[in-house]
Amino acid sequence: MSGNFGSKRLVVGAHYGSRDWLSQRVTAVLMALFTLAVIVQVLMPGEMGYVKWAGIFAPQWMKVLTFVVIVALALHAWVGVRDIWMDYVKPVGIRLGLQVFSIVWLLGCAGWAVQVIWRL
Amino acid sequence: MADTLKERPVYRNIHITQIVGYRLPPAGIVSILHRVSGALLFLLLPFVIWLFDTSVTSEISYDRFTSVFIAGAGFLPGWFIKLVCLGLIWAYLLHFVAGVRHLWMDMTHSVSKEQGRGSAVITLGLSTLLTVALGAKLFGLF
Repeated sequence: MSGNFGSKRLVVGAHYGSRDWLSQRVTAVLMALFTLAVIVQVLMPGEMGYVKWAGIFAPQWMKVLTFVVIVALALHAWVGVRDIWMDYVKPVGIRLGLQVFSIVWLLGCAGWAVQVIWRL
Repeated sequence: MADTLKERPVYRNIHITQIVGYRLPPAGIVSILHRVSGALLFLLLPFVIWLFDTSVTSEISYDRFTSVFIAGAGFLPGWFIKLVCLGLIWAYLLHFVAGVRHLWMDMTHSVSKEQGRGSAVITLGLSTLLTVALGAKLFGLF
């Protein structure tokens, strides 16, 4: 991508969405692996109850992992929801409003979820 | 021949009222359900975090978490909470399997019509099967 400016600016090729496309897939893989990691720990021997469930999220490494997945989820959902607004909502003002709402919604949820894991 | 061609409906921009009469192939059904399930998960995200919060914060809140499926929360009865959770389970599983299908298509370039149809049928079948299994667990059938 070096020299992609001025008269050498790349103006052809549909690559403007590559970054979103890739980030959506990378975050999806992270969330899928996290899901499997949680399921494996839930299926470990031992009676299901508060001690076992909270114990899964107790180690610091699991909190860090959960935090990364929360951020991944927010990014993933942002790309997806933005696609929905871009496809179905044409008036620029309403679209901007919905996009701002999506960001506020996702950031709010992410903040809440982070608070939950780190006050355990 | 020309007359029959003229009579065929042309969908230039599908309006919401035309969706009912629009026949989709399995891949098309998976595609729109992938989007619908994603939107549902996005909208119910605060509820998911509330479930996570109450289930993990303390033993007292864990008891509240388990009792919400029986006693309900506020004016919402327990069966309704279970129904919303079943919707969440379905949305998550379909979104998950449809997402893996996308990754598989990207990695192996499996983009022929037959592969698209086959993997779409597998996606619908597998996600429905898992939803029924987990739903039966949720409603206490086993």
